[in-house]
Amino acid sequence: MTETTLAPPVIRGVRFFLAHAPGLVCHGSKPSRDIAREPAVAARIQAALRPFEAARDYPPTQVFLGAFHPDRLHDLPRPWFRLDKPGERRGPHGEIAPEEELYGLLKIADAFDLVSLERGFVAQARAALSDHPLVTPADLARLGDGLADGEIAARLAGTLPALPLTLRSGRRVGAIVAGHEVDGTLSADVLLENLATKATAAMALRGLLAVEGIEAASIDYVLNSGEEAVGDRYQRGGGNLAKAVAAEAGCARATGVDVKGFCCGPVHALALAGGLVASRVFERVAVVAGCSLAKLGMKYQGHLLHQQPVLEDVLVGAAIIVAADDGRSPRLRLDALGRHTVSAGSSQKAILEALVVEPLERLGLKFADVDKYATELQNPELTEPSGSGNVPLLNYRGIAGLAALRKEIAPADVDGFVRRHGLPGFSPTQGHIASAIPFLGHALDGLREGTLRRVLLLAKGSLFLGRMTQMADGLSVLLERNDS
Amino acid sequence: MNLKGKKVIALGERDGVQGGALAACARGAGAEVVLEKTYCFV
Repeated sequence: MTETTLAPPVIRGVRFFLAHAPGLVCHGSKPSRDIAREPAVAARIQAALRPFEAARDYPPTQVFLGAFHPDRLHDLPRPWFRLDKPGERRGPHGEIAPEEELYGLLKIADAFDLVSLERGFVAQARAALSDHPLVTPADLARLGDGLADGEIAARLAGTLPALPLTLRSGRRVGAIVAGHEVDGTLSADVLLENLATKATAAMALRGLLAVEGIEAASIDYVLNSGEEAVGDRYQRGGGNLAKAVAAEAGCARATGVDVKGFCCGPVHALALAGGLVASRVFERVAVVAGCSLAKLGMKYQGHLLHQQPVLEDVLVGAAIIVAADDGRSPRLRLDALGRHTVSAGSSQKAILEALVVEPLERLGLKFADVDKYATELQNPELTEPSGSGNVPLLNYRGIAGLAALRKEIAPADVDGFVRRHGLPGFSPTQGHIASAIPFLGHALDGLREGTLRRVLLLAKGSLFLGRMTQMADGLSVLLERNDS
Repeated sequence: MNLKGKKVIALGERDGVQGGALAACARGAGAEVVLEKTYCFV
């Protein structure tokens, strides 16, 4: 093999870090805007927040952590939040942490003394985090000693705008201050979002390196692919969170960059990582995506209306390692990327033709040759109460409908195709996280164990939200069992 | 439904029928589209 030969890229592993964040729901975009207009909303939301155990045991959480396959959700009666079978905090694909640990991790990830925590709470967070296998003594030292409650109050009343940090119970345990008196890009809420993104992505990457037994120093490059944007007033969103995450995960020999594409950012980043590995520019690339704090409580009105808990109370960070072929890990087929091009058109049919039909035709494959399609995987229990419908089902019916139009399946088999080749939604509405990648842990398991041969990850990005184009976007990548 | 001469607001969604497609249908039926937008609800 010469240096100019392409190195087939594989996906070495994936890890998720979920954090239960009921105290931060009030800082989600929708709740915070509504509370500013009508302060009584805060109490109504707080009364509907669920305890950590309920978020941990929730069947979609357990699916995310890898405790059982998403298809098993078909057999569980709805509503899933009423089921009370206990689940583990840690699973084969990741963990869910309680909010006390999350606040400690925000402080640990804070390089600018933006977060201050109350002294008694620091002791509580330190005790909880000292048992965490991914938290080091150096991390615990960064927690500091904390401040007296009066000093927290002084920060909240100081010249820099600040936000309180509270637990689900309503107990104030700290504050986060803005990075500038008037710069909206360094406001306390923006910095809270970005710190949570950094902390959750770094914990996911730490977990992945640990479970895969990969030296942090062997990571060459980090692509951060989430929707959160860092920067200041002169380069809003132009910054780089990838390198901050790399440092936090101990990847001392890595640099990196942020890749943006709304919800399809992570799939774009996977394709780019594959290209960097295939071309031997880098040997190991980490694709990371932190949480989307702005989406906490996004559909709370529907949840309150239907007397259900506010279920959008979980943050999710993800990390994926793309590496040179090891002969075992599932292959990332760079010759079968599906691209939604400028000229493709924005109808659902046009998008799916670009993301599904075109790459399959290129490989001479039929719809049924893909065992599972992983697309928008938002949990319907979060979206249906507000009238947003079952988003995964809508997408799977679109794929199945296209298969029927092309006479690859009978029209009567649309529902059967959806059941066999689709998935029930189980992801929190965490923006870029919910598109395709929640299934990646199960996909890698099945492709390694032989229960799956091919999985298509397809994600769509709502470019029109930024008001610069009416277009949507999308990208798909095919994963295949490694037969070498 | 006769849309000829009517004014139409076309609100679509990313995972269903996009605003542009709704607007094209409405125009084809003789309506004047005064606003077309596509939303993402997730």
